[in-house]
Amino acid sequence: MNKVYNNRAWLLVLPMLVLVAFSAVVPLMTVVNYSVQDVLGANARFFTGTEWFETMLNDPALQAAFVRQISFSLIILAIQIPLGIGIALIMPKQGWQASAVLILITLPLLIPWNVVGSIWQIFTRGDIGLMGWGLRQLGIEYNITRNPGDAWVTIILMDVWHWTPLVAMLCYSGLRSIPEAYYQAARIDRASKWAVFRYIQLPKLTNVLVIAVLLRFMHSFMIYAEPFVLTGGGPGSSTTFLSQSLTTMAVGQQDLGPSAAFSIIYFLVILLVSWVFYTAIMNMQKDKHSQGGA
Amino acid sequence: MSYQLENTQQGEKYNTIFSRTTPAQRRKRNARTRLRSRLLLGVYLLLMILPIYWLLNMSLQTNSEILGSMTMWPENLTFDNYIGIFTDSSWYMGYVNSIAYVLMNMLITICVALPAAYAFSRYSFIGDKHLFFWLLTNLMAPPAVFLLPYFQLYYSVGLFDTHIAVALAHCLFNIPLAIWILEGFMSSVPKEIDETAYIDGYSFPRFFVKIFIPMIRSGIGVTLFFLFMFSWVELLLARTLTATEAQPIGMIMTRTSTASGIDWGTLAAAGVLTILPGILVVYFVRNHIAKGFALGRT
Repeated sequence: MNKVYNNRAWLLVLPMLVLVAFSAVVPLMTVVNYSVQDVLGANARFFTGTEWFETMLNDPALQAAFVRQISFSLIILAIQIPLGIGIALIMPKQGWQASAVLILITLPLLIPWNVVGSIWQIFTRGDIGLMGWGLRQLGIEYNITRNPGDAWVTIILMDVWHWTPLVAMLCYSGLRSIPEAYYQAARIDRASKWAVFRYIQLPKLTNVLVIAVLLRFMHSFMIYAEPFVLTGGGPGSSTTFLSQSLTTMAVGQQDLGPSAAFSIIYFLVILLVSWVFYTAIMNMQKDKHSQGGA
Repeated sequence: MSYQLENTQQGEKYNTIFSRTTPAQRRKRNARTRLRSRLLLGVYLLLMILPIYWLLNMSLQTNSEILGSMTMWPENLTFDNYIGIFTDSSWYMGYVNSIAYVLMNMLITICVALPAAYAFSRYSFIGDKHLFFWLLTNLMAPPAVFLLPYFQLYYSVGLFDTHIAVALAHCLFNIPLAIWILEGFMSSVPKEIDETAYIDGYSFPRFFVKIFIPMIRSGIGVTLFFLFMFSWVELLLARTLTATEAQPIGMIMTRTSTASGIDWGTLAAAGVLTILPGILVVYFVRNHIAKGFALGRT
């Protein structure tokens, strides 16, 4: 769409800008401020330069948490995006069934995050939880507090359970917006089911998929409450993700300088990866539009 | 009767010209794929519902039964856990607090996001692209990063432990999300509609409220669902900014774990109750979600 050039549009953006600046810029400045200082007391502060950044970047525990975090996010995306699209494709299209499935499918999204952790903590317990008990009946050794592998599988399973509905819901509403005429045309051309998906449904889903992929990436990268409640980061530190290391450092140990430096590195990484995703997808779309078809 | 029969037969003959399969075959094949997808969906829903069933199951049991042995359904059905929550004001006020700040946040967010999204979808202005990406970066800011500065900021302006503090804090990620989704919806409304309205003598505010907002109703429905969802489930910021007066229900639930163990029954009952407001919201916006990003056929 051709947009009109008009700087008065700033007036429409202004209220939003003031609010977001209050809740984002002011705190961010404080974080930057801390990251270059050593805070000893209310009025005793020393400028330390980039010392904290160097310490943080060289900390092996944090490097390990970082690798763990990246692998977690990638696994999550690889499972949830295809699964979500698949579910959206087989959801009923109208009538009471569509409403019922939609309400059922959104249930996990509506549970506060620490409660999600509690639910899975009970659910996977060998003595009183359905899943733990079921696995034991099948003769599978399963213990998330002792076995790092089990803890990982459980956290991934929990995240898939928790967040696939979001992808499915976005894709479902994207699919609903495809005009019937496209399908009719495909039927006349005797297009196969796969062709319909590849050349009609998938391109029309790009918009919502951008939102889904970016949201899922960001949230999985910031995951905190669920693994904290479920495993407490254990066994050992096998499920300690970045957010948890940060919170322990900032709130638990009150290390303001290092944790602020860590925050900024963390933030920049998310920013960089999201920016790469975003521009890549946007360029893909632009290419398609310039070729005259979508 | 005979005329109708002839007509359908003709119709079927007509269809076969374009396809090698006979209509009967095609119907059978469609029915089979339909059945298969229903089965798959059924299996998924069943697996998905299991943890929630387990929560419901526990909420209707006494603690001794929960910890005693493995039972698939409550053998001594009890509502004590729910009664306990509804008769203790320190418990049910948690729900009131959560609902209060979520509603405030939805109202503030939608009021500032609508005009901003309109500006992004209709006009280009100095720095618009940078501003849009900057907005997205707020969505990426890990709440853990902002915990301490938030505490200090809200404490120094005297908003600590109020509902509005949490509502404002949640604007950090809700406003960008709302603008992002709304902008997509608004861009699909043809610009000719705006122009026609101006020619007809509508002023901008009247056009916006009377014509434009009804056109993107479904978009607003979807957006409101997301605003509700993310504000309702977020706890890290809500916990940091509240102490007693405005504590969210998620925090009050942590009270169930004491030195003598966890009160699983009450925890489960409280968990079940946190899902209910969400179900109401989904129920109201379900048709909008199903219509979703479908524009032009509202």
